[in-house]
Amino acid sequence: MKNQMKRYLARLIGGIALAFTCATSAFAAVELTMYYPVAVGGPLTKIVDGMVTDFEKQHPDIKVKAIYAGNYNDARIKALAALKSGQPAQLSVMFSIDIYELIEQDAIVAFDDIVETAEEKAWLKGFYPSLMENGMTKGKTWGIPFQRSTIVMYYNKDAFRDAGLDPAKPPASWDELASAGKQLVKKDAGGNVERWGAMIPSTGYPYWMFGALTMQNGQVLMNRDGNQTYFDSPAVVEALTYWHDLGNKYGVMPTGTIEWGTLRQNFLEGKTAIMWHSTGNLTAVKKNAKFDFGVAMLPAKQRRGTPTGGGNFYIFKKTSPEERKAAMTLIRWMTQPERTAEWSIKTGYIGTRPDAYETSALRQYVKEFPPAAVARDQLEFATAELSTYQTGRVRKLLDDAIQSALVGKKSPKDALGSAQKQSDNLLKRYR
Amino acid sequence: MPSQNVRVHVYGWLLLMPAAILLIAFTHFPTVATLVQSLFTTGTATRPAAFVGAENYQIMLEDDVFWQVVQNNIWYAVGTIPVSIAIAILMAVWVNARLPARGLVRMAYFTPTVLPMIAVANIWLFFYTPDIGLIDQVVSLFGGGSHNWLGDPDTVLGCIIVITIWKEAGFFMIFYLAALQSLPPELEEAAHLEGASRWYYFRRVTFPLLMPTTLFVLINAVINSFKLVDQLFILTKGGPDNASSLLLYYIYEVAFSFFDEAYAATLTVVLLAVLAVISVGQFLLLDKRIHYR
Repeated sequence: MKNQMKRYLARLIGGIALAFTCATSAFAAVELTMYYPVAVGGPLTKIVDGMVTDFEKQHPDIKVKAIYAGNYNDARIKALAALKSGQPAQLSVMFSIDIYELIEQDAIVAFDDIVETAEEKAWLKGFYPSLMENGMTKGKTWGIPFQRSTIVMYYNKDAFRDAGLDPAKPPASWDELASAGKQLVKKDAGGNVERWGAMIPSTGYPYWMFGALTMQNGQVLMNRDGNQTYFDSPAVVEALTYWHDLGNKYGVMPTGTIEWGTLRQNFLEGKTAIMWHSTGNLTAVKKNAKFDFGVAMLPAKQRRGTPTGGGNFYIFKKTSPEERKAAMTLIRWMTQPERTAEWSIKTGYIGTRPDAYETSALRQYVKEFPPAAVARDQLEFATAELSTYQTGRVRKLLDDAIQSALVGKKSPKDALGSAQKQSDNLLKRYR
Repeated sequence: MPSQNVRVHVYGWLLLMPAAILLIAFTHFPTVATLVQSLFTTGTATRPAAFVGAENYQIMLEDDVFWQVVQNNIWYAVGTIPVSIAIAILMAVWVNARLPARGLVRMAYFTPTVLPMIAVANIWLFFYTPDIGLIDQVVSLFGGGSHNWLGDPDTVLGCIIVITIWKEAGFFMIFYLAALQSLPPELEEAAHLEGASRWYYFRRVTFPLLMPTTLFVLINAVINSFKLVDQLFILTKGGPDNASSLLLYYIYEVAFSFFDEAYAATLTVVLLAVLAVISVGQFLLLDKRIHYR
């Protein structure tokens, strides 16, 4: 009995000693936990895992635990929950428009406070300015662009030929979209529409599509501080009126709302000649279209315009200086020109830096598949996606206003006026 | 002797403990916590939660969207409950009779229940899609035009109701089928000898004997009409302009999209209260009129 006890004790002590050595050896390497969301189809988790493995090979002193966390909403919920539970992540990829929510929760640090060397400062300035807009407020940069997209116009070249339009000349202005759209509508003998001219989705993310229309009319939807919206400005009302008229006046689009989720199928089956959609659909359309299709920038009214979209890197506040340094190393590595090019080719997301498009890989890809460059060229005209304090609520106000105007329940002016009033109520305590 | 008594008590409490722990941890504590939270504001790191009393309830009463989702939910309940119960009885009587390939028919009716709602919502999404959807394609065979089923506030709630009925009726059918099979066959023979018509027999014998099942199904249907919102995530996200939003979906939106936990707690308290009142009412009112054998 005694002997057995002794042996047991010895084993226990041995175990403890072993655990200690493990712990000390782990101390040498910095461990990072990173959540990331996937919002589009495709084997994105595999690509991220592959990149992380490559990174660890080159940086043996940093261990990265990359955790797939669902869609953008889930990723934010999980990262914030981990923060509260005391097992926080050190960095995460989250929705670019989460920035105000994260600042209000005092969860993230500004990159300006972390960068030290001149080289790092230069790196921070190396991204496309329009992709930085959603990551900057209060004069500081809080998010680094990673998986970013914009809206582009997909069009069916065969339908253009069928309607007597030049397939090399997609509509470049609002008037052209309306007139070409009318020409593209095809009806059967009974007067039923067989093919619509154009479709702009109005479920899921109506505010996003709408951000494109308002920018084209020369008006942004909110200020840089995220505490003021401009929903009732005349240019915004005009933009919603135009969207409403595409369906109700020009007969180019079906009336009512248009479903985000089935729109791609509508386009692929030739039920609409033009669709506005995320660049994230490019690979799927390329694979499945049985007709000759083109990709073009969105048309202009005062100017061209589109909002950006997608996810940014954030670094959390609850981190040690070593962890911040390691997180910076990881983010800088992930946004190297070669990595960015690889990421863009594999996923369809935009290369976030001009120097990525200088790499031979991406240059070659753009040459073989010119539509991949449309989103990049359009960045020049891009603006931030709608993002404010209380962003979920404010976004919903605008979504509801857009939908109530499109289904004809309210006039664009009334709908946007009441949305603005409610948004003022929500945001005034942030001014 | 007292030690014996104590032992019995301890024994009893130990037996109760597993269930009690689960109930308290996952039912009673969250309920009370929700109630408490509804009396505070939502805290952030920079602004901690503060006690505001009934202010959240005041805000709720002035919230147009809240009233709209309540109204939608009432229509949703009125649309789904009677129809799905009626169809369930009809199907149960039908597959209880002797007919060829009975097992196959029963299985077909039960299939919607087995399928996950998110998956079938994705299928129904393509049924309802204008032009390329199944419904529009069938309509166009008869020369009709296309209709934007989910994009039109007048039809969208009806579309959601149809899916729910389709999903639920088969589930309720199983309960009715079990009840029907436990009815003694002598009753039917006796009624037959007395010359009662089939309808008369159903109305005066079968249906009253099914009442205990109906009560059970009714309570389930009412709860489901507040609980079953999975399809909204896929089909409409509550749109257009909240025309198809339901109370529970709105709670989800407030909690996980707006991150307003306090207001979500307030709405949850209302939902709990409504459900409690309905179930108590059902038991008290209907129980008296039910014939238990």
